[in-house]
Amino acid sequence: MSDPNIGTGHFYVEGEVDLTHHVILYLEDISVSFDGFKALNNLSLTIDDKELRCIIGPNGAGKTTMMDVVTGKTRPDSGTAFFGQTMDLTQLSEAEIAHLGIGRKFQKPTVFEQHTVFENLELAMKTDKRAWRSLFAQLDDAQRDRIADTLRLIRLDQQADRLAGLLSHGQKQWLEIGMLLVQEPKLLLLDEPVAGMTDDETARTAELFKSLAGQHSLVVVEHDMSFIEQLGGKVTVLHEGAVLAEGDLATVQNDQRVIEVYLGR
Amino acid sequence: MAQRIPFTLRFLQATSKSGWIALGVFALITLVLLPLAHLALPAGHPLHVSDYVITLGGKILCYAIVAVAMDMIWGFAGILSLGHGVFFALGGYAFGMYLMRSIGLDGVYHSNLPDFMVFLDWKALPWYWQGTQYFLWAVVLVLLVPALLAFVFGYFAFRSRIKGVYFSIITQAMTYAAMLYFFRNETGFGGNNGFTDFKRILGYSISAPGTRVTLFALSALMLMFTLVLGRYLIGSKFGRVLTAIRDAESRVMFIGYNPLWYKLFVWTLSAVLCAVAGALYVPQVGIINPSEMSPANSIEIAIWVAVGGRGTLIGPVIGAFLVNLSKSWFTMAFPEYWLFFLGLIFVLVTLFLPQGVVGIWRRMRGQAKS
Amino acid sequence: MRILWILFFLASWYSGAAQAALDPAVLRQLADDDSDVKIAAIQQIAQSADPLAERVLKALADDGLAVVDTKILILEDEQAVDAATGAAVVPAPENPDTIVVNNRVRSALNAALAALNLFNPDRATRFSATRALAQSADASIAPLLTRALQQEKDPEIKEQLTEVLAFANLQNADAAVRLAAVKTLGASSRPNVRNALEAQLSTESVEAVRIAIQASLRAIDGRIALGEQVGRIFSGISLGSVLLLAALGLAITYGVMGVINMAHGELLMIGAYATYAVQSAFRHYFPAALDWYVLAAIPVAFFSAALVGILMERTVIRWLYGRTLETLLATWGLSLILIQSARVIFGAQNVEVSNPSWMSGGVSVVSNLVLPWNRIIIIGFALFVLLLVWVLLNRTRLGMFVRAVTQNRPMASCVGVPTGRIDSLAFGLGAGIAGLGGVALSQISNVGPDMGQGYIVDSFMVVVLGGVGQLAGSVWAALGLGVVTKFLEGWAGAVIAKIAVLIFIIIFIQKRPQGLFALKGRFVEN
Repeated sequence: MSDPNIGTGHFYVEGEVDLTHHVILYLEDISVSFDGFKALNNLSLTIDDKELRCIIGPNGAGKTTMMDVVTGKTRPDSGTAFFGQTMDLTQLSEAEIAHLGIGRKFQKPTVFEQHTVFENLELAMKTDKRAWRSLFAQLDDAQRDRIADTLRLIRLDQQADRLAGLLSHGQKQWLEIGMLLVQEPKLLLLDEPVAGMTDDETARTAELFKSLAGQHSLVVVEHDMSFIEQLGGKVTVLHEGAVLAEGDLATVQNDQRVIEVYLGR
Repeated sequence: MAQRIPFTLRFLQATSKSGWIALGVFALITLVLLPLAHLALPAGHPLHVSDYVITLGGKILCYAIVAVAMDMIWGFAGILSLGHGVFFALGGYAFGMYLMRSIGLDGVYHSNLPDFMVFLDWKALPWYWQGTQYFLWAVVLVLLVPALLAFVFGYFAFRSRIKGVYFSIITQAMTYAAMLYFFRNETGFGGNNGFTDFKRILGYSISAPGTRVTLFALSALMLMFTLVLGRYLIGSKFGRVLTAIRDAESRVMFIGYNPLWYKLFVWTLSAVLCAVAGALYVPQVGIINPSEMSPANSIEIAIWVAVGGRGTLIGPVIGAFLVNLSKSWFTMAFPEYWLFFLGLIFVLVTLFLPQGVVGIWRRMRGQAKS
Repeated sequence: MRILWILFFLASWYSGAAQAALDPAVLRQLADDDSDVKIAAIQQIAQSADPLAERVLKALADDGLAVVDTKILILEDEQAVDAATGAAVVPAPENPDTIVVNNRVRSALNAALAALNLFNPDRATRFSATRALAQSADASIAPLLTRALQQEKDPEIKEQLTEVLAFANLQNADAAVRLAAVKTLGASSRPNVRNALEAQLSTESVEAVRIAIQASLRAIDGRIALGEQVGRIFSGISLGSVLLLAALGLAITYGVMGVINMAHGELLMIGAYATYAVQSAFRHYFPAALDWYVLAAIPVAFFSAALVGILMERTVIRWLYGRTLETLLATWGLSLILIQSARVIFGAQNVEVSNPSWMSGGVSVVSNLVLPWNRIIIIGFALFVLLLVWVLLNRTRLGMFVRAVTQNRPMASCVGVPTGRIDSLAFGLGAGIAGLGGVALSQISNVGPDMGQGYIVDSFMVVVLGGVGQLAGSVWAALGLGVVTKFLEGWAGAVIAKIAVLIFIIIFIQKRPQGLFALKGRFVEN
């Protein structure tokens, strides 16, 4: 075993993300296939710490599968996925990955419909999530405040005691974003976060994400070009399970191959 | 709000005031009134409670514990077990071993060994019978053996993310296999006939009215404890995670919970509660045999819960009483029609009463309010 | 020794003589008090090939041989016949003393009677006599066998007789004869030959014979083991075909439609009772055609089970699509109702369904292995049903609709597929297939109200093990389970085998929840 500290000039801390090179996520040569269909084809992608990255691509380009690989839902056939310098995501379970600080919002909003809005946030909040602890867990004042702040931020403070199943589609999207925030993840994966939102709500979401980018790394998968434009940041285009182009929105939009893929030949 | 509330207090506070009042009334009836009416009043007295009622009541109290235990995993965690009979029976067998040893030399063959071993021409007790003459060791076995089986089985099943119908079917296979195993004479638990002809428990005659009433009262106490425990559990964060797992398991994983340990804990707890109920049941009915492990028995537990209303704590108790009282009435009045009736309950409750009796009650209250 | 001496004497005496009648002196020996003398006489008579010999011996066996003065008389229907000449004795003597036969004499007598059949002109009689002797031949009938062998023309009987003769010669005083016998027996595969060889090995004094015995034992062991293995594989395949028949219906209702039907076993039961009802009807109305009732039962069972299935779907299951655990409980309730109905209609006891004559008996493959016809036919029937299901699902419009509905219900509905009717029909089809399984089960197991209960778990195991929605998977799973179960049974007993298989499946599902033949893809988990 080589000493992980050699050559890095800092101390290795168990359970802490190593951001020495300011890169939070490395995906290298990842391939995933389902019954002969190659969902990801030697995909390589890196996300910098505190970066806001947008990922676009036509249907079947592998966007959701990529998120599945990062969050441990799908194991790649080959390739490596590292969180920071040291953590091999392909060896960890969903819960362990979430615990490390990767949060995910699904394409379809999934909140706990039989729980109140408050309880949804309580469940998501960063804390000791082992079964034994939760038997005796009690919210302290700091945690209550944190939930109250988040409720205001996602404008659901009036709905705190309503069942989440009774919220509107847009409210559910916001609640899910709120659940992501109280999780305090280092990396947020957001799958079509503004689907079903009004223009006003979309603009507000863009503002929120931009304000988050300074503290967290964000990966946003979206079809809505105007939303991506509002976000700014680097754009990656996926096609047939691999990166087709990368750069700011304008560059990408003028890329001949991207136009071909989107408009057809 | 800043200071931490001691656990015992929180445990008791989880049950609401009206809940405690209801429990108090229940305790008054089962711990004072019924025992007095059985022991103190002469047999001819109009308020005298007969042996039959005490035995039937004690039996159903045990079933109610099983139903609440079943509801903890089915109603709250969404896991339908079709093999809970195995835990109930294991508890019964473990305690039955003690009861068999307590027979002493009073058996048919006047031997130190249980009668069925003499019959099989066994010369010594098998190793797993060692120590079962001690009450405390029997209690340890009642708690430990089912817990161990549940833990190992649950660990592998939940780790492989087996759920829904798959899980139900393999639990059914488990109880079926256990039943076949216990049917064998060589297994050392009396084969077909199981254990019976108990004589005494802790030195007291098992058929004495005082012993019967005590067992009845213990079953009632155990049921009350199970309810208070259940109330705490579902009111805790643990309970909220559990229902979250029931409703959207993958979401729970992506916010950092490992469902394995949550399911495993409640599954094992449920198994242990069933085992305790089984241990209380056996001395009251006087027999335990492998038919308790038949798949049909286990699936019947589910219908008690469904009739009462799953996802509530009082529902299973009501369901256990309703179904079992009608069973004893039917088997006396119209034995031919009991299975038709039971089958119909299965069909009608799932079709028309997804919330059970408690659901009807709630709907009526809701209508009254509005 | 005395017997051998007598035999020797008889054999030499025999060779030249041609008998027209039985020797009265020999006949009188039948009444001797000494059992050895009696036995010698029996054998001598048996070898005489006299037409009277069989009559005499039969009479002796039936306590119908009497001694009157110096004559031996055969008593038949109040008549008396002189055993030596065959002439009637008139008047029949009153209260003659019949000759008493003890057990030892009786077994010699039976052997002799069987041996006599070796000379019967009817081939079938000779054949079964050879078989009977194979169990009991000993040195006493060796000369008789030798003579029978010389006369025998049929090659199959000849081969068996050779073996029986060798068996009889195993204890011959002449080591050379023993050696030849041992070598011949090496070609046998019967367990009792093996036991006799082993017994001889423990007393054999001649080294060459010992070596030969050991070689023959090895050869026999190999063949017996082979027979056992083949037998096990066959019964495994047979069990597999039963499992497959039980599971094929479920492969449609659960595998394709996703409906968990706990009353599946009861649909098997309905098929079995339908077979019983058809049998009763045939017995009553067409006793002449009783042998073919099973063929008539096939459509009856299919349609009655299908009808019940469609009723179940229309009244209960339809309202629970997508709620699997509720479906499970409701269909369990239906199964209870069906069981109790069977009890009320047909009684709680098992009813008797008998194999038609063309399904009884079996094919003998090796001498210690007989494959029963009913099992063989059921394997064929399982293949037929499998083909039927495959064609229905993959080559018919109904099958296409069923697949369309299960893959995308709203879309199928949009393009004009009557989804409700398809559900009913598909469920009815699955139920009908279960009914066919019931016909097969009625031929090999008890038919009673509870018969279906044991098959729910087994059928689910097959479907789940094979991979849900995979017909080929179900076939392999059923065969695999059948063969594995039978091998475990031979090794550890039926109960332990059953438990071991259940545990194996539980572990298997945990390792590979998607079954043997997995569907893979992004939609699998949802």
